[in-house]
Amino acid sequence: MLRFLAVRLVQIVLLLLVFQTLLFFMLEALPGDISNQFIGNPDIPPEAKQKIIERLGLDKPIGERYLNYLRNFVRGDLGVSYVFYPREVMDIIRERAPRTIVLFTTATLVSFYLGFVLGKQLAWRRGGLYEYVATIGGTILYTVFTPWFGLIMIWLFSFKLGLFPVGGFLNPQKWSGAPMSANTVFNRIMLTAVVLSALVTVLYYFTRKLSPWKREVRWAGVALLLVATIGIWAASPYGPYALDILHHLVLPVLTVTLVAFAGTMLLTRNSMLETLREDYILTARAKGLSEKVVRDKHAARNAMLPVVTSLVLGLAFVISGGIITETIFSWPGMGQTLLQASLTEDIPLAVGALTFVAVLALFAHLIVDILYFYLDPRMRSQG
Amino acid sequence: MSQAAEPFDSIRTEPLWRVRLKLAWKGFRKNWALFAENKIGIIGLVIIVMFIFMALLHPILMGWLWDPNVYDPVIGYDEILIEKQVVEEVTEPTTQVQVEIAELDYFHLNPQVGDTITILEQPAPPSSKHVLGTDPLGRDVLSQLMYSTTSEFLLGIVAALVTVIIATTIGAVAAYFGGFVDTFFMRVADLLIIMPLIPVLILMGALINLQLFHLAIIIGILSGFGGTTLIIKSQALTVKVKPFIEAARVAGGSDWHIIFTHLIPNLLPLSFLYMMFTVTTAIFLEAVLSFFGLMDVNMSWGLMINVAQSQGYLLSGTRYWWLLFPAGAAITLLCSAFYLVGRALDEVVNPRLRRR
Repeated sequence: MLRFLAVRLVQIVLLLLVFQTLLFFMLEALPGDISNQFIGNPDIPPEAKQKIIERLGLDKPIGERYLNYLRNFVRGDLGVSYVFYPREVMDIIRERAPRTIVLFTTATLVSFYLGFVLGKQLAWRRGGLYEYVATIGGTILYTVFTPWFGLIMIWLFSFKLGLFPVGGFLNPQKWSGAPMSANTVFNRIMLTAVVLSALVTVLYYFTRKLSPWKREVRWAGVALLLVATIGIWAASPYGPYALDILHHLVLPVLTVTLVAFAGTMLLTRNSMLETLREDYILTARAKGLSEKVVRDKHAARNAMLPVVTSLVLGLAFVISGGIITETIFSWPGMGQTLLQASLTEDIPLAVGALTFVAVLALFAHLIVDILYFYLDPRMRSQG
Repeated sequence: MSQAAEPFDSIRTEPLWRVRLKLAWKGFRKNWALFAENKIGIIGLVIIVMFIFMALLHPILMGWLWDPNVYDPVIGYDEILIEKQVVEEVTEPTTQVQVEIAELDYFHLNPQVGDTITILEQPAPPSSKHVLGTDPLGRDVLSQLMYSTTSEFLLGIVAALVTVIIATTIGAVAAYFGGFVDTFFMRVADLLIIMPLIPVLILMGALINLQLFHLAIIIGILSGFGGTTLIIKSQALTVKVKPFIEAARVAGGSDWHIIFTHLIPNLLPLSFLYMMFTVTTAIFLEAVLSFFGLMDVNMSWGLMINVAQSQGYLLSGTRYWWLLFPAGAAITLLCSAFYLVGRALDEVVNPRLRRR
């Protein structure tokens, strides 16, 4: 396992370097430099332009500049944003990245679970109206024009039903005079979510060997944890503010989830159909096991492996969907930052945002690989 | 003796191309039966044919029925005037009608209560002249919708062809030779699979002037070297060990001869299947980039929504439905149509998914 992790980490570092190299040469291939901004300005003499070029080191040979670029990247120095001058790109990323990570993680987990459960059912009830409705509905959700779908969601849930806010990160009216910054609250929400999922995992791990009638302990434990978390938050002064942020988070997460779950669903269906032909399913049926046990324990667990493999492809899909959704819902995360920076030609920020997306994709990929390592016994025995 | 030789003579006299055509026709009929068994594929095909019909109809309509000055999708303009009666004078507008009257005051029209005045209405709702209404700039929405269909098809087909040519060649070569070539291209594919396309294209849109043809080539290259290669290579590996490849090698066929005349033809069904998925991706990406305003195009479905957005009609709900609904539905329908056909083809190509 450790060897596997080490190899993957080295790969990630190499891939990031390759990615940065490609980005550097892509930017290098463009004509002109920053001093071209002042070409039409008669107040800026050529000497001043020359000074800008010298100060930024643009007159040095390309090899030196490339090494400089890589050195800065490794140090975490991504330059200074043009639009948010003089804020550093890294500072902006540090502020906004958690919002994207939360949106991405929640949407990925929910859509994977939903897609897997529905796909399982779909394969089990092969044929009939259910399959056509689910396949056509799933395809439409999978291929729907995401911006348009986001607008429909806003129209339906915000205008017609009035359940959720139209967009944004928080409600400024509620936050005026708040004793803490929004990011503090948001980081605590993130921390709570991480701790809670860790505790639930531990609980699950220790109760998995219990006999079925004792499993009630597990659900009681989960309920207890949830009640305790909600209690702590309600008692703290952060409570109402956290609720406001979560209220704004629901609709974007719902949108990304609905767009992304269909891919998993359709794939689980195919994978299940292939698994159902295996001999061990026939054996399980012949043993007289109930349909539910055959489906969930014998078929679905084996059908899950190819689905997890393709989750890698799904990750890119969710990230893309997340970027579009962030823009539509004005959720101030990295996706919106990337688009705004691109539209305002704030190149350092755009490059920084894209780098962040790449890092996010690479680490999500690593986590999926680790998951696969645990799910597939064949990998474990090798590794 | 002569009677026994007769059937062989008849076979020999039939030209080879005819035999091949007959075989191809037979194979097509068999596969069509498998394809048609799945209603999902037929639904997709019907939608695609509908859009092809729309694309073909547009130049005909523009040539004979529609006045180019009014119906041109990019520079057309129709002045639609409506008559409204002025009801009362308002100082503090609170409702929509009152806002409209306040706007009249703003233009110094000084309407009196009871007067009937003519004002310009854009975007105009659907009427017999403009079946889907006009956009905020007074252009016919239906004409825009039909005009864009052609470019969407061209974009999809170019992107799919580039993808398939690259992916099939690389997949076959990597599977056949193995070794360094294989490792190199597979690592490149791994890298491209992880990278989401939209952020990369957004940055490209900021850096260069993206045109439709560039986008088609970029999508073709990125997905050709990416995920499609992996799938086609794994198929090529199973074809590579079949006896006819061995036979061709024993008969003295060179490596490239074997790849191009024996390996690649056996990969083409799968390549064709992935063409469908690439078309979906390409149309979707173009729509998203146009919507963000990062594409250099005259008119496209994504741009129609972008215009509605930039003119402030994005959150108007159902009141101006013809600005958002036709374009959004067209993108979704065409994308899902190609995806559905792809899925139905999947069941033809991959026998394990079939019902029997």
